[in-house]
Amino acid sequence: MLTKRIIACLDVAGGRVVKGVQFLNLRDAGDAAELAAAHSQAGADEIVLLDISATAEKRKTLLDTVKRTARELFIPFTVGGGIRTLEEAGSVFDAGADKVSINSAALTDPSLITRIADRFGSQAVIVAIDAKRANGTGTYEAFTRGGRTPTGRDAVVWALEAESRGAGEILLTSMDRDGTGNGFECTLTRTISDGVRIPVIASGGAGSAQHFVEVFRQGHADAALAASILHYGTTPLAELKRDLAAAGIPVRWPC
Amino acid sequence: MTIAIVDYGAGNLTSVKKAFDFLGKPAVITSDADQVVRADKLIVPGVGHFATTRALWTSGLKDAIVSAIGKGTPLLGICLGMQWMFNSSSEAHGVAGLGVFPGKSVHFPAEVKSPHVGWNALQTRGDSRLFRGMPAECFVYFTHSYRVPLVDATVATCEYGGTFSAAVEKDNLFGVQFHPEKSGAVGMKLLENFCGLSC
Repeated sequence: MLTKRIIACLDVAGGRVVKGVQFLNLRDAGDAAELAAAHSQAGADEIVLLDISATAEKRKTLLDTVKRTARELFIPFTVGGGIRTLEEAGSVFDAGADKVSINSAALTDPSLITRIADRFGSQAVIVAIDAKRANGTGTYEAFTRGGRTPTGRDAVVWALEAESRGAGEILLTSMDRDGTGNGFECTLTRTISDGVRIPVIASGGAGSAQHFVEVFRQGHADAALAASILHYGTTPLAELKRDLAAAGIPVRWPC
Repeated sequence: MTIAIVDYGAGNLTSVKKAFDFLGKPAVITSDADQVVRADKLIVPGVGHFATTRALWTSGLKDAIVSAIGKGTPLLGICLGMQWMFNSSSEAHGVAGLGVFPGKSVHFPAEVKSPHVGWNALQTRGDSRLFRGMPAECFVYFTHSYRVPLVDATVATCEYGGTFSAAVEKDNLFGVQFHPEKSGAVGMKLLENFCGLSC
């Protein structure tokens, strides 16, 4: 049976992991390569490295970080954050990424999805959607630039367009839930997951193993992103996967 | 020992190469027919559309692969490379496969999401050389929309919208639908087993 994926997300800026991670025996807790390897060892099904560098100067280190992280990582590896062109995507693949995640650039120029998919395959293109509930309407709006800029685009409509343009997966982040620890946005996740034929990765709001059970069972997510819940060591991956297995969710465990 | 990773323009081969680098096995990415014929082991990787494999016929690489097989060189097809070892694919009518395994790749049925992306369990056959020393059930990483049928050479099966061949093996010919280079310790063990085969 196809298992539900738990994807560990590393936010990096200037080549350094921004959020702390409580792993023992790390020489450098801010080193992306070491942290990615530790997550992989701990049972993560996939790694996402998100560059949140605010300046072009800091962004220059990204390819080097990707190269060092990919070298000894033998699970799927996605890189996102600030990728704007086919050429930039190409250099990230050359550095060792298996997939790129694109967000703002895809909304600005949706043909970018198709161009990357045609060159590297749909399996290599994740379209990330940052969605926020629109007041009182029951709809959700897609935002760009790290959630700073509203686009006026309906998140569900945009997900369907992204799929038709060649996206291989959707990474859906709920801006309302992100950082709250109150659980995933299951309603929107389900609407999108049932509407598209490609896998949907849910993100934002994870605070407990029960939240993952809910987003898989009620939200119909194919995968879920875990960031701070892993970083702060409140729920280690092994414990999370054991809890999911006990709740009847198919997971890769033991790995 | 040289492992040749056959480059015919079907996607990014970096990850396959670095898996062999990690294992300390010298591997080269090549589109040179002579190098393919002389290699001790061959990998035919590939992601994307079946029509891409037409390049194997037009470039002379298919003939090089056939001569290598004739010498007994072990060959491992990965993903699209495995599908190419069968007769054909409904993804690209009129594009022939190598035909060393019988049958045709077909799309997953409509009742399941496609592509099939993620970690799924394998049921492996005990007499497989590729899975030697590995548990009968293990998880590996897949990403594909087409699948090959169950055949006599099937050594691992997987369930997704029905049962399909996740790995085939006959003499020195091997194919895997999943990505060993992305399947953690299980995948590395499989590649190590492949490296250990003799001609």
